[in-house]
Amino acid sequence: MTDPPGRLAGKVAVVTGGGSGIGRAAAIRFAREGASVLVADIAADRAGAVAGEIAGDGGRAGAMAVDVSDPAQVEAMAARAGGEFGGIDVLMTAAGVLSFGSVTETDPQAWNRVIGINLTGTFLAARAVIPAMARRGGGAIVTVSSSTGAHDASPGNVAYVASKGGVAMLTKAMAVDHAPQGIRVNAIAPGPTATPMLGSVMTEDEMRRFGEAMPIGRLAQPAELAAAAAFLASDDASYVTGAVFAVDGGQTAKVGMTLADLGTIARQA
Amino acid sequence: MSRFDGKTVLVVGGAQGMGLACAERFGSEGAGLALFDIEDDALAAAAAGLRDRGRAVETISGDVSRADDVESAVARAVERFGAIDVLVHAAAVVELTPLLDFPESLWRRIVDVNLTGVFLATKAAGRVMAARGGGSIVVFASTNAFFAEESNVPYSATKGGIVMFVRNAAMDLARHGIRINAVDPGIIDTRLSAALVHDPIAGPEYLKRIPAGRYGTADDIAKVVLFLASDDAAYMTGEDVIVDGGLTLGATLGIEDLGLEGAQ
Repeated sequence: MTDPPGRLAGKVAVVTGGGSGIGRAAAIRFAREGASVLVADIAADRAGAVAGEIAGDGGRAGAMAVDVSDPAQVEAMAARAGGEFGGIDVLMTAAGVLSFGSVTETDPQAWNRVIGINLTGTFLAARAVIPAMARRGGGAIVTVSSSTGAHDASPGNVAYVASKGGVAMLTKAMAVDHAPQGIRVNAIAPGPTATPMLGSVMTEDEMRRFGEAMPIGRLAQPAELAAAAAFLASDDASYVTGAVFAVDGGQTAKVGMTLADLGTIARQA
Repeated sequence: MSRFDGKTVLVVGGAQGMGLACAERFGSEGAGLALFDIEDDALAAAAAGLRDRGRAVETISGDVSRADDVESAVARAVERFGAIDVLVHAAAVVELTPLLDFPESLWRRIVDVNLTGVFLATKAAGRVMAARGGGSIVVFASTNAFFAEESNVPYSATKGGIVMFVRNAAMDLARHGIRINAVDPGIIDTRLSAALVHDPIAGPEYLKRIPAGRYGTADDIAKVVLFLASDDAAYMTGEDVIVDGGLTLGATLGIEDLGLEGAQ
Protein backbone atom coordinates (compact mmCIF):
# COMPACT_ATOMS: atom_id res chain seq x y z
CA MET A 1 0.00 0.00 0.00
CA THR A 2 1.35 3.35 -0.94
CA ASP A 3 -1.47 5.75 -0.22
CA PRO A 4 -1.10 7.66 3.01
CA PRO A 5 -4.55 7.36 4.58
CA GLY A 6 -6.74 10.32 5.20
CA ARG A 7 -5.12 13.08 3.18
CA LEU A 8 -8.60 13.98 1.94
CA ALA A 9 -10.48 13.13 5.13
CA GLY A 10 -13.54 15.34 5.55
CA LYS A 11 -13.21 16.75 2.03
CA VAL A 12 -15.82 16.74 -0.70
CA ALA A 13 -14.71 15.90 -4.23
CA VAL A 14 -16.54 16.14 -7.53
CA VAL A 15 -15.18 14.05 -10.41
CA THR A 16 -16.48 14.55 -13.94
CA GLY A 17 -16.02 11.61 -16.24
CA GLY A 18 -15.94 9.59 -13.04
CA GLY A 19 -17.64 6.56 -14.54
CA SER A 20 -14.65 5.11 -16.33
CA GLY A 21 -10.92 5.26 -16.94
CA ILE A 22 -8.87 7.89 -15.17
CA GLY A 23 -11.95 9.59 -13.64
CA ARG A 24 -13.15 6.32 -12.16
CA ALA A 25 -9.73 5.57 -10.69
CA ALA A 26 -9.53 9.08 -9.24
CA ALA A 27 -12.99 8.85 -7.67
CA ILE A 28 -12.04 5.58 -6.02
CA ARG A 29 -8.67 6.90 -4.87
CA PHE A 30 -10.13 10.14 -3.46
CA ALA A 31 -12.70 8.10 -1.53
CA ARG A 32 -10.02 5.76 -0.18
CA GLU A 33 -8.18 8.82 1.10
CA GLY A 34 -11.27 9.93 2.98
CA ALA A 35 -13.21 12.21 0.61
CA SER A 36 -16.93 12.10 -0.05
CA VAL A 37 -17.21 11.88 -3.81
CA LEU A 38 -19.86 12.95 -6.29
CA VAL A 39 -19.25 10.77 -9.34
CA ALA A 40 -20.52 12.57 -12.46
CA ASP A 41 -20.60 10.90 -15.84
CA ILE A 42 -22.48 11.20 -19.11
CA ALA A 43 -23.63 7.64 -18.49
CA ALA A 44 -25.80 7.34 -15.36
CA ASP A 45 -25.20 3.58 -15.07
CA ARG A 46 -21.42 3.95 -15.09
CA ALA A 47 -21.53 6.75 -12.49
CA GLY A 48 -23.83 4.64 -10.34
CA ALA A 49 -21.56 1.60 -10.61
CA VAL A 50 -18.53 3.57 -9.43
CA ALA A 51 -20.46 5.17 -6.56
CA GLY A 52 -21.67 1.69 -5.62
CA GLU A 53 -18.12 0.37 -5.68
CA ILE A 54 -17.02 3.19 -3.37
CA ALA A 55 -19.91 2.60 -0.99
CA GLY A 56 -19.16 -1.14 -1.00
CA ASP A 57 -15.62 -0.24 0.05
CA GLY A 58 -16.97 1.70 3.03
CA GLY A 59 -16.70 5.12 1.37
CA ARG A 60 -19.25 7.84 0.79
CA ALA A 61 -20.33 8.64 -2.75
CA GLY A 62 -23.18 9.91 -4.88
CA ALA A 63 -23.75 9.46 -8.59
CA MET A 64 -25.16 11.80 -11.19
CA ALA A 65 -25.61 11.86 -14.96
CA VAL A 66 -23.96 15.03 -16.26
CA ASP A 67 -23.15 16.25 -19.74
CA VAL A 68 -20.27 18.61 -18.98
CA SER A 69 -20.85 20.59 -22.16
CA ASP A 70 -24.27 21.70 -20.85
CA PRO A 71 -24.04 24.67 -18.43
CA ALA A 72 -27.33 23.89 -16.69
CA GLN A 73 -26.35 20.29 -15.96
CA VAL A 74 -22.95 21.38 -14.65
CA GLU A 75 -24.53 23.98 -12.35
CA ALA A 76 -26.91 21.30 -11.08
CA MET A 77 -23.90 19.08 -10.38
CA ALA A 78 -22.27 21.75 -8.22
CA ALA A 79 -25.55 22.42 -6.42
CA ARG A 80 -26.03 18.71 -5.75
CA ALA A 81 -22.53 18.32 -4.27
CA GLY A 82 -23.07 21.36 -2.07
CA GLY A 83 -26.49 20.19 -0.96
CA GLU A 84 -25.64 16.56 -0.37
CA PHE A 85 -22.16 16.90 1.13
CA GLY A 86 -22.15 20.47 2.44
CA GLY A 87 -19.56 22.05 0.15
CA ILE A 88 -16.88 21.36 -2.45
CA ASP A 89 -13.15 21.11 -1.78
CA VAL A 90 -11.84 19.20 -4.79
CA LEU A 91 -12.85 19.16 -8.44
CA MET A 92 -11.35 16.77 -10.95
CA THR A 93 -12.36 17.27 -14.58
CA ALA A 94 -11.74 13.92 -16.20
CA ALA A 95 -14.59 13.95 -18.72
CA GLY A 96 -13.07 13.84 -22.17
CA VAL A 97 -13.43 12.44 -25.64
CA LEU A 98 -10.89 11.46 -28.25
CA SER A 99 -11.11 12.37 -31.90
CA PHE A 100 -9.11 11.89 -35.05
CA GLY A 101 -8.53 13.91 -38.16
CA SER A 102 -6.42 16.75 -39.52
CA VAL A 103 -7.95 20.20 -39.89
CA THR A 104 -9.24 19.42 -43.36
CA GLU A 105 -10.65 16.10 -42.19
CA THR A 106 -12.47 17.52 -39.16
CA ASP A 107 -15.94 18.93 -39.74
CA PRO A 108 -17.02 21.87 -37.56
CA GLN A 109 -19.59 19.77 -35.73
CA ALA A 110 -16.97 17.24 -34.64
CA TRP A 111 -14.61 20.05 -33.66
CA ASN A 112 -17.29 21.75 -31.55
CA ARG A 113 -18.14 18.50 -29.81
CA VAL A 114 -14.54 17.83 -28.75
CA ILE A 115 -13.90 21.43 -27.69
CA GLY A 116 -17.31 21.51 -25.98
CA ILE A 117 -16.60 18.50 -23.79
CA ASN A 118 -12.84 18.68 -23.22
CA LEU A 119 -12.26 22.43 -22.96
CA THR A 120 -15.62 24.12 -22.37
CA GLY A 121 -16.58 21.26 -20.04
CA THR A 122 -13.52 22.04 -17.92
CA PHE A 123 -14.37 25.75 -17.94
CA LEU A 124 -17.99 25.13 -16.97
CA ALA A 125 -17.15 22.76 -14.13
CA ALA A 126 -14.55 25.13 -12.69
CA ARG A 127 -16.95 28.05 -13.07
CA ALA A 128 -19.65 26.16 -11.21
CA VAL A 129 -17.55 25.05 -8.23
CA ILE A 130 -15.14 27.95 -7.64
CA PRO A 131 -17.67 30.12 -5.73
CA ALA A 132 -18.36 27.21 -3.36
CA MET A 133 -14.63 26.61 -2.88
CA ALA A 134 -13.99 30.28 -2.25
CA ARG A 135 -16.69 30.33 0.43
CA ARG A 136 -14.83 27.52 2.23
CA GLY A 137 -11.56 29.44 2.06
CA GLY A 138 -9.99 27.43 -0.73
CA GLY A 139 -9.86 24.21 -2.66
CA ALA A 140 -8.03 22.27 -5.33
CA ILE A 141 -8.91 21.72 -8.97
CA VAL A 142 -7.22 18.99 -10.99
CA THR A 143 -7.79 19.14 -14.72
CA VAL A 144 -6.83 16.53 -17.28
CA SER A 145 -4.68 17.71 -20.14
CA SER A 146 -2.63 15.22 -22.12
CA SER A 147 0.96 14.56 -23.11
CA THR A 148 -0.48 15.15 -26.57
CA GLY A 149 -1.57 18.74 -26.30
CA ALA A 150 0.26 19.98 -23.23
CA HIS A 151 3.67 19.36 -24.76
CA ASP A 152 3.52 17.86 -28.21
CA ALA A 153 1.20 17.50 -31.16
CA SER A 154 0.46 14.08 -32.57
CA PRO A 155 -0.57 13.67 -36.18
CA GLY A 156 -4.20 13.50 -37.25
CA ASN A 157 -5.56 14.58 -33.89
CA VAL A 158 -6.21 18.33 -34.15
CA ALA A 159 -9.40 18.83 -32.15
CA TYR A 160 -8.17 16.68 -29.27
CA VAL A 161 -4.71 18.27 -29.25
CA ALA A 162 -6.14 21.79 -29.36
CA SER A 163 -8.63 21.02 -26.59
CA LYS A 164 -5.94 19.55 -24.33
CA GLY A 165 -3.52 22.41 -25.05
CA GLY A 166 -6.37 24.72 -24.13
CA VAL A 167 -6.92 22.84 -20.89
CA ALA A 168 -3.25 23.29 -19.96
CA MET A 169 -3.36 27.05 -20.47
CA LEU A 170 -6.83 27.39 -18.92
CA THR A 171 -5.37 25.63 -15.88
CA LYS A 172 -2.54 28.14 -15.58
CA ALA A 173 -4.85 31.11 -16.09
CA MET A 174 -7.24 29.88 -13.40
CA ALA A 175 -4.30 29.26 -11.07
CA VAL A 176 -3.28 32.91 -11.34
CA ASP A 177 -6.80 34.27 -10.96
CA HIS A 178 -7.87 32.17 -7.99
CA ALA A 179 -4.69 31.86 -5.94
CA PRO A 180 -5.83 34.78 -3.75
CA GLN A 181 -8.93 32.73 -2.84
CA GLY A 182 -6.77 29.81 -1.74
CA ILE A 183 -7.69 27.70 -4.75
CA ARG A 184 -4.89 25.73 -6.38
CA VAL A 185 -5.39 24.63 -9.98
CA ASN A 186 -3.17 22.01 -11.60
CA ALA A 187 -3.32 19.62 -14.51
CA ILE A 188 -2.20 16.10 -15.04
CA ALA A 189 -0.93 15.36 -18.53
CA PRO A 190 -1.32 11.62 -18.97
CA GLY A 191 0.66 9.68 -21.51
CA PRO A 192 -1.01 6.68 -23.12
CA THR A 193 -3.10 5.02 -20.45
CA ALA A 194 -4.88 1.67 -20.46
CA THR A 195 -8.40 3.12 -20.40
CA PRO A 196 -11.63 2.24 -22.21
CA MET A 197 -11.07 5.42 -24.29
CA LEU A 198 -7.80 4.09 -25.69
CA GLY A 199 -9.21 0.57 -25.92
CA SER A 200 -12.03 1.87 -28.10
CA VAL A 201 -9.63 2.90 -30.85
CA MET A 202 -6.77 0.39 -30.52
CA THR A 203 -6.44 -3.35 -30.60
CA GLU A 204 -4.79 -5.06 -27.64
CA ASP A 205 -1.71 -5.68 -29.75
CA GLU A 206 -1.53 -2.01 -30.73
CA MET A 207 -1.87 -1.00 -27.08
CA ARG A 208 0.96 -3.34 -26.09
CA ARG A 209 3.23 -2.00 -28.83
CA PHE A 210 2.30 1.60 -27.92
CA GLY A 211 3.31 0.90 -24.33
CA GLU A 212 6.58 -0.66 -25.38
CA ALA A 213 7.46 2.57 -27.19
CA MET A 214 7.46 4.47 -23.88
CA PRO A 215 10.81 4.73 -22.06
CA ILE A 216 9.17 2.94 -19.11
CA GLY A 217 8.11 0.23 -21.56
CA ARG A 218 4.39 0.02 -20.82
CA LEU A 219 1.15 1.97 -20.79
CA ALA A 220 0.07 3.80 -17.63
CA GLN A 221 -2.64 2.27 -15.47
CA PRO A 222 -5.51 4.62 -14.54
CA ALA A 223 -4.57 4.21 -10.85
CA GLU A 224 -1.19 5.77 -11.58
CA LEU A 225 -2.89 8.89 -12.89
CA ALA A 226 -5.23 8.84 -9.92
CA ALA A 227 -2.23 8.78 -7.57
CA ALA A 228 -0.86 11.94 -9.15
CA ALA A 229 -4.31 13.57 -9.03
CA ALA A 230 -4.70 12.67 -5.35
CA PHE A 231 -1.33 14.22 -4.63
CA LEU A 232 -2.27 17.44 -6.42
CA ALA A 233 -5.64 17.51 -4.64
CA SER A 234 -4.01 17.07 -1.23
CA ASP A 235 -2.12 19.45 1.04
CA ASP A 236 1.07 17.63 0.04
CA ALA A 237 0.90 19.93 -3.00
CA SER A 238 0.32 23.05 -0.89
CA TYR A 239 2.72 25.23 -2.92
CA VAL A 240 2.00 23.67 -6.32
CA THR A 241 -0.31 25.69 -8.54
CA GLY A 242 -0.49 26.15 -12.30
CA ALA A 243 1.60 23.03 -12.83
CA VAL A 244 1.03 20.64 -15.72
CA PHE A 245 2.17 17.28 -14.45
CA ALA A 246 3.43 14.90 -17.11
CA VAL A 247 2.57 11.36 -16.01
CA ASP A 248 3.70 9.70 -19.17
CA GLY A 249 6.40 7.13 -18.52
CA GLY A 250 8.96 9.45 -20.09
CA GLN A 251 7.07 9.89 -23.37
CA THR A 252 7.65 13.63 -23.63
CA ALA A 253 11.22 13.36 -22.38
CA LYS A 254 12.25 11.54 -25.53
CA VAL A 255 12.31 12.28 -29.22
CA GLY A 256 10.27 10.04 -31.49
CA MET A 257 13.11 8.10 -33.01
CA THR A 258 16.26 7.46 -31.04
CA LEU A 259 19.82 6.63 -31.97
CA ALA A 260 19.20 3.16 -30.56
CA ASP A 261 16.19 2.71 -32.87
CA LEU A 262 18.32 3.73 -35.83
CA GLY A 263 21.10 1.32 -34.89
CA THR A 264 23.60 4.18 -34.58
CA ILE A 265 24.47 3.38 -30.97
CA ALA A 266 25.05 -0.31 -31.70
CA ARG A 267 27.24 0.61 -34.68
CA GLN A 268 29.30 3.05 -32.60
CA ALA A 269 29.73 0.42 -29.90
CA MET B 1 1.44 2.84 7.03
CA SER B 2 4.50 4.63 5.72
CA ARG B 3 5.60 4.93 2.14
CA PHE B 4 9.29 4.49 2.91
CA ASP B 5 9.41 1.85 5.63
CA GLY B 6 12.59 -0.14 5.24
CA LYS B 7 13.87 2.06 2.40
CA THR B 8 17.17 3.86 2.29
CA VAL B 9 17.44 7.43 1.10
CA LEU B 10 20.70 9.15 0.22
CA VAL B 11 20.35 12.93 0.42
CA VAL B 12 23.14 14.91 -1.21
CA GLY B 13 23.18 18.32 0.44
CA GLY B 14 21.11 16.93 3.28
CA ALA B 15 22.50 19.04 6.13
CA GLN B 16 20.25 22.07 5.75
CA GLY B 17 17.48 23.82 3.89
CA MET B 18 15.38 21.82 1.46
CA GLY B 19 17.69 18.79 1.60
CA LEU B 20 17.26 18.57 5.36
CA ALA B 21 13.49 19.11 5.05
CA CYS B 22 13.43 16.08 2.72
CA ALA B 23 15.46 14.05 5.22
CA GLU B 24 13.00 14.99 7.98
CA ARG B 25 10.03 13.84 5.90
CA PHE B 26 11.67 10.62 4.67
CA GLY B 27 12.68 9.84 8.25
CA SER B 28 9.16 10.41 9.54
CA GLU B 29 7.90 7.98 6.88
CA GLY B 30 10.23 5.22 7.94
CA ALA B 31 13.35 5.58 5.78
CA GLY B 32 16.96 5.08 6.81
CA LEU B 33 18.90 8.25 6.03
CA ALA B 34 22.35 8.73 4.55
CA LEU B 35 23.19 12.43 4.58
CA PHE B 36 26.03 13.66 2.40
CA ASP B 37 27.18 17.25 2.77
CA ILE B 38 30.28 19.40 2.59
CA GLU B 39 29.50 21.37 5.76
CA ASP B 40 30.60 19.23 8.69
CA ASP B 41 29.08 21.29 11.49
CA ALA B 42 25.70 21.56 9.83
CA LEU B 43 25.83 17.84 9.03
CA ALA B 44 26.53 16.91 12.65
CA ALA B 45 23.74 19.18 13.89
CA ALA B 46 21.25 17.80 11.36
CA ALA B 47 22.11 14.21 12.25
CA ALA B 48 21.84 14.90 15.96
CA GLY B 49 18.38 16.42 15.52
CA LEU B 50 17.18 13.50 13.42
CA ARG B 51 18.58 10.91 15.81
CA ASP B 52 16.80 12.68 18.69
CA ARG B 53 13.59 11.87 16.84
CA GLY B 54 14.61 8.23 16.52
CA ARG B 55 15.81 8.22 12.91
CA ALA B 56 18.56 5.94 11.63
CA VAL B 57 21.18 8.30 10.21
CA GLU B 58 24.55 7.86 8.55
CA THR B 59 26.53 11.01 7.80
CA ILE B 60 29.13 11.30 5.08
CA SER B 61 31.22 14.41 4.75
CA GLY B 62 32.44 15.27 1.29
CA ASP B 63 32.33 17.30 -1.90
CA VAL B 64 29.76 16.24 -4.50
CA SER B 65 31.91 17.58 -7.31
CA ARG B 66 34.59 14.98 -6.48
CA ALA B 67 33.96 11.50 -7.87
CA ASP B 68 35.89 9.80 -5.04
CA ASP B 69 33.79 11.51 -2.38
CA VAL B 70 30.56 10.57 -4.14
CA GLU B 71 31.64 6.95 -4.58
CA SER B 72 32.50 6.66 -0.91
CA ALA B 73 29.19 8.27 0.11
CA VAL B 74 27.31 5.67 -1.91
CA ALA B 75 29.50 2.88 -0.53
CA ARG B 76 28.92 4.07 3.05
CA ALA B 77 25.16 4.21 2.55
CA VAL B 78 25.14 0.66 1.16
CA GLU B 79 27.44 -0.57 3.92
CA ARG B 80 25.16 0.84 6.62
CA PHE B 81 21.73 0.11 5.14
CA GLY B 82 22.36 -2.56 2.50
CA ALA B 83 20.92 -0.58 -0.41
CA ILE B 84 19.96 2.78 -1.83
CA ASP B 85 16.32 3.02 -2.86
CA VAL B 86 16.09 6.76 -3.29
CA LEU B 87 18.64 9.42 -4.22
CA VAL B 88 17.79 13.06 -3.59
CA HIS B 89 20.23 15.59 -4.96
CA ALA B 90 19.74 18.97 -3.31
CA ALA B 91 23.30 20.33 -3.19
CA ALA B 92 23.80 23.60 -5.00
CA VAL B 93 25.75 26.83 -4.82
CA VAL B 94 24.68 30.23 -6.06
CA GLU B 95 26.44 33.55 -6.54
CA LEU B 96 24.74 36.72 -7.74
CA THR B 97 27.19 38.73 -9.83
CA PRO B 98 26.70 40.40 -13.22
CA LEU B 99 27.96 38.25 -16.07
CA LEU B 100 30.69 40.62 -17.26
CA ASP B 101 32.26 40.57 -13.79
CA PHE B 102 31.73 36.87 -13.07
CA PRO B 103 35.01 35.16 -12.09
CA GLU B 104 35.77 32.08 -14.17
CA SER B 105 36.81 30.10 -11.11
CA LEU B 106 33.41 30.67 -9.55
CA TRP B 107 31.64 29.68 -12.77
CA ARG B 108 33.57 26.40 -12.73
CA ARG B 109 32.75 25.80 -9.08
CA ILE B 110 29.02 26.33 -9.68
CA VAL B 111 28.98 24.03 -12.72
CA ASP B 112 31.03 21.43 -10.83
CA VAL B 113 28.73 21.30 -7.82
CA ASN B 114 25.33 21.92 -9.39
CA LEU B 115 25.63 19.98 -12.63
CA THR B 116 28.61 17.64 -12.47
CA GLY B 117 27.54 16.74 -8.95
CA VAL B 118 24.21 15.53 -10.31
CA PHE B 119 25.99 13.44 -12.93
CA LEU B 120 28.35 11.87 -10.40
CA ALA B 121 25.68 11.12 -7.81
CA THR B 122 23.20 9.77 -10.38
CA LYS B 123 25.85 7.53 -11.89
CA ALA B 124 27.15 6.16 -8.60
CA ALA B 125 23.77 5.64 -6.92
CA GLY B 126 22.19 4.56 -10.22
CA ARG B 127 24.64 1.66 -10.54
CA VAL B 128 23.69 0.42 -7.08
CA MET B 129 19.99 0.78 -7.90
CA ALA B 130 20.34 -0.96 -11.28
CA ALA B 131 22.03 -3.92 -9.64
CA ARG B 132 19.00 -4.33 -7.37
CA GLY B 133 16.43 -3.83 -10.11
CA GLY B 134 15.40 -0.24 -9.60
CA GLY B 135 15.02 2.92 -7.59
CA SER B 136 13.97 6.50 -7.74
CA ILE B 137 16.00 9.68 -8.12
CA VAL B 138 14.84 13.24 -7.47
CA VAL B 139 17.10 16.10 -8.47
CA PHE B 140 16.70 19.74 -7.51
CA ALA B 141 16.44 21.97 -10.55
CA SER B 142 14.82 25.39 -10.12
CA THR B 143 12.40 27.78 -11.76
CA ASN B 144 15.68 29.36 -12.86
CA ALA B 145 15.90 26.49 -15.33
CA PHE B 146 13.54 28.45 -17.58
CA PHE B 147 12.95 31.77 -15.77
CA ALA B 148 15.82 34.19 -16.13
CA GLU B 149 17.05 36.43 -13.37
CA GLU B 150 19.60 39.23 -13.33
CA SER B 151 23.15 38.43 -12.24
CA ASN B 152 22.42 34.73 -11.92
CA VAL B 153 23.74 33.31 -15.19
CA PRO B 154 25.81 30.34 -13.96
CA TYR B 155 23.21 29.08 -11.50
CA SER B 156 20.41 29.32 -14.07
CA ALA B 157 22.56 27.64 -16.72
CA THR B 158 23.25 24.68 -14.43
CA LYS B 159 19.59 24.36 -13.49
CA GLY B 160 18.54 24.42 -17.14
CA GLY B 161 21.17 21.75 -17.72
CA ILE B 162 19.72 19.64 -14.93
CA VAL B 163 16.28 19.60 -16.54
CA MET B 164 17.72 18.23 -19.77
CA PHE B 165 20.01 15.88 -17.85
CA VAL B 166 16.97 14.44 -16.13
CA ARG B 167 15.06 13.93 -19.37
CA ASN B 168 17.94 12.15 -21.04
CA ALA B 169 18.83 10.15 -17.94
CA ALA B 170 15.20 9.02 -17.70
CA MET B 171 15.57 7.32 -21.07
CA ASP B 172 18.82 5.60 -20.14
CA LEU B 173 17.65 4.53 -16.68
CA ALA B 174 14.11 3.34 -17.51
CA ARG B 175 15.35 -0.07 -18.65
CA HIS B 176 16.93 -0.51 -15.23
CA GLY B 177 13.69 0.24 -13.39
CA ILE B 178 14.99 3.60 -12.23
CA ARG B 179 12.83 6.70 -12.44
CA ILE B 180 14.40 10.15 -12.33
CA ASN B 181 12.53 13.43 -11.98
CA ALA B 182 13.31 17.00 -10.99
CA VAL B 183 11.62 19.59 -8.81
CA ASP B 184 11.72 23.26 -9.77
CA PRO B 185 11.38 25.24 -6.53
CA GLY B 186 10.45 28.90 -6.87
CA ILE B 187 11.47 31.35 -4.15
CA ILE B 188 11.76 29.28 -1.01
CA ASP B 189 12.53 30.64 2.43
CA THR B 190 15.97 29.06 2.93
CA ARG B 191 19.47 30.38 3.45
CA LEU B 192 20.01 30.65 -0.32
CA SER B 193 17.14 33.16 -0.70
CA ALA B 194 17.25 34.79 2.74
CA ALA B 195 18.73 38.02 1.39
CA LEU B 196 15.62 38.53 -0.73
CA VAL B 197 12.90 36.95 1.38
CA HIS B 198 13.81 38.76 4.59
CA ASP B 199 14.78 42.11 3.11
CA PRO B 200 12.38 44.69 4.59
CA ILE B 201 11.74 46.36 1.22
CA ALA B 202 12.47 43.74 -1.45
CA GLY B 203 10.83 40.89 0.48
CA PRO B 204 7.26 42.25 0.48
CA GLU B 205 7.73 43.83 -2.96
CA TYR B 206 8.77 40.59 -4.70
CA LEU B 207 5.94 38.77 -2.99
CA LYS B 208 3.52 40.70 -5.22
CA ARG B 209 4.71 38.51 -8.09
CA ILE B 210 3.67 35.27 -6.40
CA PRO B 211 -0.02 34.42 -6.93
CA ALA B 212 -0.07 32.20 -3.83
CA GLY B 213 0.80 35.27 -1.75
CA ARG B 214 3.61 33.69 0.22
CA TYR B 215 7.15 32.41 -0.17
CA GLY B 216 7.56 28.66 -0.21
CA THR B 217 8.78 26.68 2.75
CA ALA B 218 11.38 23.92 2.59
CA ASP B 219 8.64 21.52 3.64
CA ASP B 220 6.46 22.58 0.67
CA ILE B 221 9.22 21.22 -1.52
CA ALA B 222 9.94 18.13 0.57
CA LYS B 223 6.33 16.98 0.23
CA VAL B 224 6.65 17.05 -3.55
CA VAL B 225 10.01 15.27 -3.46
CA LEU B 226 8.50 12.45 -1.40
CA PHE B 227 5.64 12.10 -3.86
CA LEU B 228 8.05 11.84 -6.79
CA ALA B 229 10.19 9.33 -4.90
CA SER B 230 7.18 7.20 -3.95
CA ASP B 231 5.28 4.56 -5.91
CA ASP B 232 2.47 7.10 -6.32
CA ALA B 233 4.63 8.53 -9.11
CA ALA B 234 5.32 5.12 -10.66
CA TYR B 235 4.61 6.30 -14.20
CA MET B 236 6.42 9.66 -13.92
CA THR B 237 9.94 9.86 -15.26
CA GLY B 238 11.95 12.57 -16.99
CA GLU B 239 9.58 15.23 -15.67
CA ASP B 240 10.38 18.45 -13.86
CA VAL B 241 7.71 19.61 -11.46
CA ILE B 242 7.28 23.32 -10.80
CA VAL B 243 6.63 24.20 -7.14
CA ASP B 244 6.51 27.97 -7.05
CA GLY B 245 3.10 29.14 -5.84
CA GLY B 246 2.45 30.32 -9.39
CA LEU B 247 5.51 32.63 -9.64
CA THR B 248 6.42 31.67 -13.21
CA LEU B 249 2.94 31.26 -14.68
CA GLY B 250 2.95 34.41 -16.70
CA ALA B 251 2.69 38.17 -16.72
CA THR B 252 3.14 39.64 -13.28
CA LEU B 253 1.40 42.93 -14.00
CA GLY B 254 -2.34 42.44 -13.87
CA ILE B 255 -5.20 44.38 -15.40
CA GLU B 256 -5.87 45.85 -11.97
CA ASP B 257 -2.25 46.98 -11.54
CA LEU B 258 -2.51 48.88 -14.80
CA GLY B 259 -5.76 50.54 -13.78
CA LEU B 260 -7.52 49.14 -16.84
CA GLU B 261 -10.44 47.71 -14.92
CA GLY B 262 -11.61 51.19 -13.92
CA ALA B 263 -11.29 52.42 -17.50
CA GLN B 264 -13.73 49.86 -18.85
